[in-house]
Amino acid sequence: MIWEWFRFILGTLVLLTGVSIFLLEVFGLYRFHFVLDRMHAAAMGDTLGIGVSLLGLIIFSGFNFTSLKMLLVVVFLWFASPVSSHLIAKLEVVTDEDLEQHCEVKR
Amino acid sequence: MKHDRFDRWLHGERDSLLNRVELRPQTEYEPSEEELRKIQAEHEYLREKIFQVEQNYKLRLFQRLYRVAALVFCVVFTSIMLITVSWLPKAGDPSNPANPDSNEVSARYIERGLQETGAVNIVTGMILDYRAFDTFGESNVLFVATITVMILLRSAPGQEEEDNQLHPGREDVILMKVAGLLVPVILIFGVYVILNGHLSPGGGFSGGTIIGAGLILYVNAFGFARIQRFFTERTYKTICFCALTFYCLAKSYSFFTGANHLESGIPLGTPGAILSSGLILPLNICVGLVVACTMYAFYALFRKGGF
Repeated sequence: MIWEWFRFILGTLVLLTGVSIFLLEVFGLYRFHFVLDRMHAAAMGDTLGIGVSLLGLIIFSGFNFTSLKMLLVVVFLWFASPVSSHLIAKLEVVTDEDLEQHCEVKR
Repeated sequence: MKHDRFDRWLHGERDSLLNRVELRPQTEYEPSEEELRKIQAEHEYLREKIFQVEQNYKLRLFQRLYRVAALVFCVVFTSIMLITVSWLPKAGDPSNPANPDSNEVSARYIERGLQETGAVNIVTGMILDYRAFDTFGESNVLFVATITVMILLRSAPGQEEEDNQLHPGREDVILMKVAGLLVPVILIFGVYVILNGHLSPGGGFSGGTIIGAGLILYVNAFGFARIQRFFTERTYKTICFCALTFYCLAKSYSFFTGANHLESGIPLGTPGAILSSGLILPLNICVGLVVACTMYAFYALFRKGGF
């Protein structure tokens, strides 16, 4: 009984942490105006937010096949989303001619 | 106003990524006064000299008859539609079988679906057994759409080599490494979703989409030259033809065994086992193959105009 309550409270805390990270991400997205700045904010939610939220769900569901699947989702997203961010950043750097106005560029 | 290369590409100056394609915004064709007069004169000439409208009795009769017939057709068609609408049952009528509260069909799907189709996933049992012909039509629509896009967008045969040089792939080491890790996992997951279509949520359409996405990732990372080793236009045609023909034969066969697409003569097996529920598993594989090929074909056609 105590163990169940402990797991519930721990899971809730972790899930709330994840959700607040997402809130920070959304705030950052609207706060910044340049693509690379906004990506910096968005990447936080994509990796840390997703990871922490799914960790909370794993704690809720316990040790079974579903939590293994959620762990795989985390691994997949940690592979996929940084690479897509990298590609978007690369496209911006390649196509933006006024890059010097926003950040230091090493030529 | 910032005018970077992306903006210029968007507003149609030139393609900043290709340098070859020139994109200009299209303006509507507006003929000048003189051109209009010329067109008018040509029209009059045709009417007078070629068709001889004044002397041609039959043509005049036909033109009048055509107008009357068109009017009659429209009136008849509209009245048929209106009469049909007036005969529709009231909304919320309890004796109306289409009312969700008294729908016998959906109740039967839920009550006897597992027993009759052998599929634990009722949705798959519905779309591939009760309504298998509908799904066959959908697969054919995908195939026909790809063929149409191929007619419109395919580049000339000699351009193939040049296109491959324009889209070399292997440009980004990070993408290549990660794609090498992820593509096999994605493909295996897609196969899992297709094969488990009658047991868990999923099936041919979702699994095929996953496999198609994996193929698109592969192309983006490694380039068209690499994927052409195992997936060409010929492969596409063969896979789609075989899958659709098998589907057609399997479902035509069920016309001989009761015409309700249920009794296929194949034992249903234990519900929940991977080899169960008769024809659903092979049909799922067929649909998955067609959807995966269509996804990739659309991407390849829109990106470079060929496979």
